[in-house]
Amino acid sequence: MSDDHEPEGNPPGPEGDDADERGRTAGDVLLDDEELARAEIEAAAERAADAKSIGLEASFGERFIAAITGTGVIVTLLAFVSALVIGAFIIAFSEDSVREALGYLFAQPGDAFRAAWDAVSSAYLALLQGSVGGATQLSETFVTATPLILTGLAVAVPLRAGLFNIGAEGQFVAGGMLAGLIGFSLTGLPMAVHLPLALVAGLLAGGLYGWIPGILKARTGAHEVISTIMLNNIALLVSGYLISTTLFRRPDRTDPISKSVEASARFPRLIPWEPGLRVNTSLLVAIVLAIVIFWLVERSTRGFELNAVGLNASAATAAGMNPGRTIVLAMTVGGAMAGAGGAAVILGLQHRLTIGFSAGIGFSGITVALLGRGRIGGTVAAGVLIGALQVGGRNMQAQTGTSLELALVIQALIIVFIAAPGLVRAIFRIKADDLATGQVAKGGGA
Amino acid sequence: MELELRGITKRFPGVIANDAVDLVVAPGEVHGLLGENGAGKSTLMNVLYGLYRADEGEIIIDGTPLQLDDPGDAIDAGIGMVHQHFMLVPVFTVAENIVLGVEHTRGLGRLDRARASQEVAELAERSGLPVDPDALVEELPVGIQQRVEILKALYRDARLLILDEPTAVLTPQEADDLFDAIRAFTTEGRSVIFISHKLREHRAIADRISVLRRGRIVGTADPREASEQDLANLMVGRPVELTVHKPPAEPTDSVLEVQGLRVEDAVGTPVVQDLDLQIRRGEIVAIAGVEGNGQTPLVAALTGLREVADGTVTIAGREVVGATRKQILRDGTGHVPEDRARDGLVADFSVAENLVLNLWDAEPYARRGTLQFGAINAHARELVGAYDIRTPSVGTSAGSLSGGNQQKLVVAREFARPIDLLVASQPTRGVDVGSIEYIHSQLVAKRDEGTAVLLVSSELDEVLALADRVAVMYHGRLVGPFDTPISKEAVGRMMAGADPAEVLGAAATSPTTTTTPPDDPATADGSSPGAPA
Repeated sequence: MSDDHEPEGNPPGPEGDDADERGRTAGDVLLDDEELARAEIEAAAERAADAKSIGLEASFGERFIAAITGTGVIVTLLAFVSALVIGAFIIAFSEDSVREALGYLFAQPGDAFRAAWDAVSSAYLALLQGSVGGATQLSETFVTATPLILTGLAVAVPLRAGLFNIGAEGQFVAGGMLAGLIGFSLTGLPMAVHLPLALVAGLLAGGLYGWIPGILKARTGAHEVISTIMLNNIALLVSGYLISTTLFRRPDRTDPISKSVEASARFPRLIPWEPGLRVNTSLLVAIVLAIVIFWLVERSTRGFELNAVGLNASAATAAGMNPGRTIVLAMTVGGAMAGAGGAAVILGLQHRLTIGFSAGIGFSGITVALLGRGRIGGTVAAGVLIGALQVGGRNMQAQTGTSLELALVIQALIIVFIAAPGLVRAIFRIKADDLATGQVAKGGGA
Repeated sequence: MELELRGITKRFPGVIANDAVDLVVAPGEVHGLLGENGAGKSTLMNVLYGLYRADEGEIIIDGTPLQLDDPGDAIDAGIGMVHQHFMLVPVFTVAENIVLGVEHTRGLGRLDRARASQEVAELAERSGLPVDPDALVEELPVGIQQRVEILKALYRDARLLILDEPTAVLTPQEADDLFDAIRAFTTEGRSVIFISHKLREHRAIADRISVLRRGRIVGTADPREASEQDLANLMVGRPVELTVHKPPAEPTDSVLEVQGLRVEDAVGTPVVQDLDLQIRRGEIVAIAGVEGNGQTPLVAALTGLREVADGTVTIAGREVVGATRKQILRDGTGHVPEDRARDGLVADFSVAENLVLNLWDAEPYARRGTLQFGAINAHARELVGAYDIRTPSVGTSAGSLSGGNQQKLVVAREFARPIDLLVASQPTRGVDVGSIEYIHSQLVAKRDEGTAVLLVSSELDEVLALADRVAVMYHGRLVGPFDTPISKEAVGRMMAGADPAEVLGAAATSPTTTTTPPDDPATADGSSPGAPA
């Protein structure tokens, strides 16, 4: 099929003799076909090297290498570093001794810097020790990371379909509520039945709560950011009301706190013989779900549609895909992940429902997914990192008196830096050769 | 004005867009800048207009080297630019658009509309570009909007005007008007840089032509001496074939049957109406027309992307109305969309993924809901070879390929499967000459395989080169199809709304009787008031 396009020499131009004469001057700069093909391929390879995109079929090793070498990840890590640096300034300036030393800065500048260094280094050392400094600390890190991984996936899956799911918090609440209800209202079931049932209830409730904004978006075009924010409020307030009703409330208490989940519906601990280690089997559930999601997003035909819709919805439509159905799927699956996160916290850790049991874990999922750049492996890694940050933050407060809120401030700063990659590039003077400028270069040549 | 660019170099990461470009534009000259997409024409002009800063080189105007940091500097230096996409405020009047940014105000910052209107009227008169200063820009046809853009540059006292692909949106007749305006503009020693990839236009208007290829000036030619073939060879860098070799069509049974088709926009206004069309296996029917006359909604309706308000459409006997896009494609319709970047491919997907974009869940590319990357990649390697897609690997992102190779990718995807009907919209838009040559030969090959081909193109040359029958779309209605050969002038006038009976003569009023087109185009041209270029 390709053979019939070979140019058959240079056909005489419409202006015969004239063309021959000019042809000789032009001949000096003419290239042959192969040379041209090679040049085109080289140009494409150069542009491709800049973009550093990896295909769906990439193996774990290829993904890992791309993740380490891609400018996107470097920018992400630098966003993390930038957030820590600004956090350091906040620690320094909130420390009394530093402020005192600043009062006589010009007399003895060393004092101010020493005080600042002491404050920052001891705070960050406490942060590090508190998160990875021992078995208990590692256990706590993974306990905190488990729901964060799941709410991270709840944001990451819709993100791949081009949707911003702010509703993981509400979906988390919905999942935790139904999982808890099944957990304490059914009695006498064996664990092999009761625990999976409660977990599936959490998945379904979260999935349903994610399906609502999905179907609203697909059918009416309601923006998912607006509808999920509102649904968060509804979930938080309705759960607060429900916990105070007799359906949920412990009969022996008047304050809003639910009955306790039956032992048969609790996630068993991973290391039951060490009483201090709270890490439990819900971590395994999170890992298994992450693997399933990886298959769904990176390997399945549904995932192909999901990515196509997220990257270019018109092209997906033109290829015969159904963006509406894909949007609903992405939101439902995302909601189910957040619901599983709620179930993991209630069935694995708290064992009863209280008002505000979600504690912002759903919102932290946004940070996790963005830090993981919407990739499944990245999101799992980011979940562990943010988990460590939060656990370490608690230790930092206990040991150095630096407020726990600093961990949240750092988390918020990470989002700001990730949302403004240009800022990070400007700070670190990274040659901006990823997607954005690739576009400029492409457009510039046109 | 006399302009000299000396050694202009502009680099982007991984690309040298301009490589030591030297260019001299004499006073009163229309200087043609010819080059393929991606040759660096727009970059060079953006450097000249102060939008980009050159990494190396000098801009010298009337003997003085100048530093142009932003378009404001360029305007002050007397440079005006008419962009391919107009920079006009649609809800403002012509006069308001023209004075915008340099407007006169009375006390308390009130706009002096009367004065603006009067000045614009005088300017329009003086420069031979008639326009109603008080008309709203959004209500004007594209040709007039372009005139407003030129007047905007004149109002700022431009002595060098850059026109970036100005004819892309015009009918041939409007293009002739533009050429007249360009000639009027250059009479007082003012200069024009005329950018286009259409050879014919350069020969019609330019005094001198510089050919840009891959960022370098590879030659300067005198349009009176150089033939189109020379220019094309110079532009592409190898001998190209400008004519399409096409044996006569041998149409057989009918594939596409459209009757009384009506398509409406969101508020119920018809954008396509009373449209009948039949296309048989083994023929190419081309629809010519200025963009925005209903071609886009027509194609969308035929391929299941848009709802049909009324009428019937069948493809090889299958009802199209009510079928999903996926069904229509899978049943045997190929579609090369007009906007490649928007509808044709997912730039961040790999070449291999894009080659199965419309077959993603079909065997053998997927099994039990899981993508089979082995089959996908093998398929991609086969098509990359067969369709000469120039890519480092099948895993490269499609967005990294050149425009021509991206289009070849789309063409490969749509052509490689067995189909009854092929709908190709603007298949060579933004594509380099080498790839155009190839895509044209593939279209003819597909036709000869026994596929019915519907070609929609606003490039009249392309329509006339490929079509076995030509129809013209104007204001949502279809005129024709007429058998080829048909004179370019006749099609051009029908594109502007002329009555086909008048254009083709009494003998050829009904499409079914147009078996003998006018032998001598001059007879058809006789009634035209403006002499063709």
